Amino acid sequence: MHAIYNAIFEPGFFSSSQVHVAATIGGLVALVSAVTGVFTVMRGQSFGGHALGDVSAAGGAGALLVGLSPVIGFVGLGIVGAGVMDMIGVRRLRGRDLATGIVLGTAIGLSALFLHLTTTRSATTGAVQQVLFGSIYATPPGTIPIVVALSVVALGALAVVSRPLLLATVSPDIAAARGVAVRMVGLLYMLALAISVGLSSLAIGAILSTALLIGPPAAALRVAKRTSRAIGLACLFGVAATWIGILLAYDSYYWGTAHQALPVSFFVVAIVFVGYLATGLTGARTAGRTAAPTAAPAAAIGRDEMAA
Amino acid sequence: MTDHIAISGAAPILGVDQVSVVLSGRRILDQVSFDVGAGEFTGLIGPNGAGKTTLLRVILGLQRPSGGDIRVLGQRRSPRHQPIGYVPQKVLLDPDMPMRARDLVALGADGDRYGLRLPSRQRNEAVREMLHAVDADRFADARIGTLSGGEQQRVLIAQALISRPRLLLLDEPLANLDLRSSQEVVRLLARIAREQQIAVLLSAHEMNPLLPVLDRVVYLARGRAAAGPASEVITTETLSTLYGHHVEVLHVHGRVLVVAGEAEPAELPKAGTD
Repeated sequence: MHAIYNAIFEPGFFSSSQVHVAATIGGLVALVSAVTGVFTVMRGQSFGGHALGDVSAAGGAGALLVGLSPVIGFVGLGIVGAGVMDMIGVRRLRGRDLATGIVLGTAIGLSALFLHLTTTRSATTGAVQQVLFGSIYATPPGTIPIVVALSVVALGALAVVSRPLLLATVSPDIAAARGVAVRMVGLLYMLALAISVGLSSLAIGAILSTALLIGPPAAALRVAKRTSRAIGLACLFGVAATWIGILLAYDSYYWGTAHQALPVSFFVVAIVFVGYLATGLTGARTAGRTAAPTAAPAAAIGRDEMAA
Repeated sequence: MTDHIAISGAAPILGVDQVSVVLSGRRILDQVSFDVGAGEFTGLIGPNGAGKTTLLRVILGLQRPSGGDIRVLGQRRSPRHQPIGYVPQKVLLDPDMPMRARDLVALGADGDRYGLRLPSRQRNEAVREMLHAVDADRFADARIGTLSGGEQQRVLIAQALISRPRLLLLDEPLANLDLRSSQEVVRLLARIAREQQIAVLLSAHEMNPLLPVLDRVVYLARGRAAAGPASEVITTETLSTLYGHHVEVLHVHGRVLVVAGEAEPAELPKAGTD
């Protein structure tokens, strides 16, 4: 029994302060992504969410280049990108695709430039890995307050506009006829989306951020009949995938003899993928039943000590 | 209902007065005038492109008219708090959308409010009553996107009615329905208009399913309108004046057909489009 426990939770997992930081940030990011993502999937804006991830990458790379915390760049440029996308025609369906594609291309070009400059100037080869694929285990504890504040802003914005946003998602015409400021509601949602994607870039990387934004909500939509249940399930699934990913990445250091930890992002994305497939098998008929794996143990327990 | 008294008795629920709309140089509506009274079921009939959707959008305050006046309950339209229920033409409801019929009707009650929704027994009760009124109890807990076109239409009508409007606008609600569903929807609307004394204005390019129940017809062609009882409006003379060339109104096997008559040579292209 004890041996099994030790095989699941390798020594020092619960006492590692790096694990605490990763689990705190990862949990918050997964929550914000799941709540935002349910609206993103319902509104059919997955492509827009992915494009914002690429914009985030450019922001994160730029922030590293000038010596700022990447989270500021991830979220900051994400918000600007969301604004630009809205301006050049998010409202019309075809315009939305074009605007998204144009912003996406520009952002990847900027990322290439910034990452090139960062790696050649300071010889930090980790920058590419950090921006594109995430660095949750290398995130300093001082980042937590910013992450908390941004999460509160995103979740708060969505809570305020939840009903008009849902109505406008069903039919912008009905919402407008009821006196809903459809444009303003859409902008607040885009703000939440930009924050969510930026935070997710910090946790699992800019180009993987879509996985956490779309995966858990898409799985939840297969089993939930009501929006509130879909949001709850997506949160459960997203947080579980993130925490299990953090655990497996920690454990992977002890696998084999190389003593090389594998990236958290890989595990998170893999769990999300498996979960999505699993909910597909159970089918949409089992509405209301939990298809997400049971929530990971609370990772906040433990003492302050550095992991190996 | 309101203190406002029109010249001839009580104010109509909807008054459309000399409304014109010009969009990028094209005249979409040309001095359209008609009234709709409480409990009246009015059909807004006309070929595709006649300006029906534009007229409904003007009434809703979503489109500014270039001229004329809209009054709802005797008052000038204000974009918010208008007592108008609306069922738009295209509502694409994905089968994956996590929303039950019941939830969509609830959004009709409070979808314009900000902040999180608090549980309310009163709202749940109102939603149940409304679903019952449109005969949708059976599929109240089904996902809205999995329902048939006719069932979705009934739920959308319940969504529009739950805020207790005096005026209900529907844009081509029969467009994608089979004959039986469209007859059901038409009968439902006629009953609602009568029982709840709501003014119902429904647009359609095909008038035959509607003619038995319509109180009045507003026929729209080339941006101009003729209003009145169907027997007065759907005539060779009235419609020929409206179209600006000769059209023939034929009664065939209990159906009414409007066909382009012998046109002057110069009018041929126009006659062809009708």
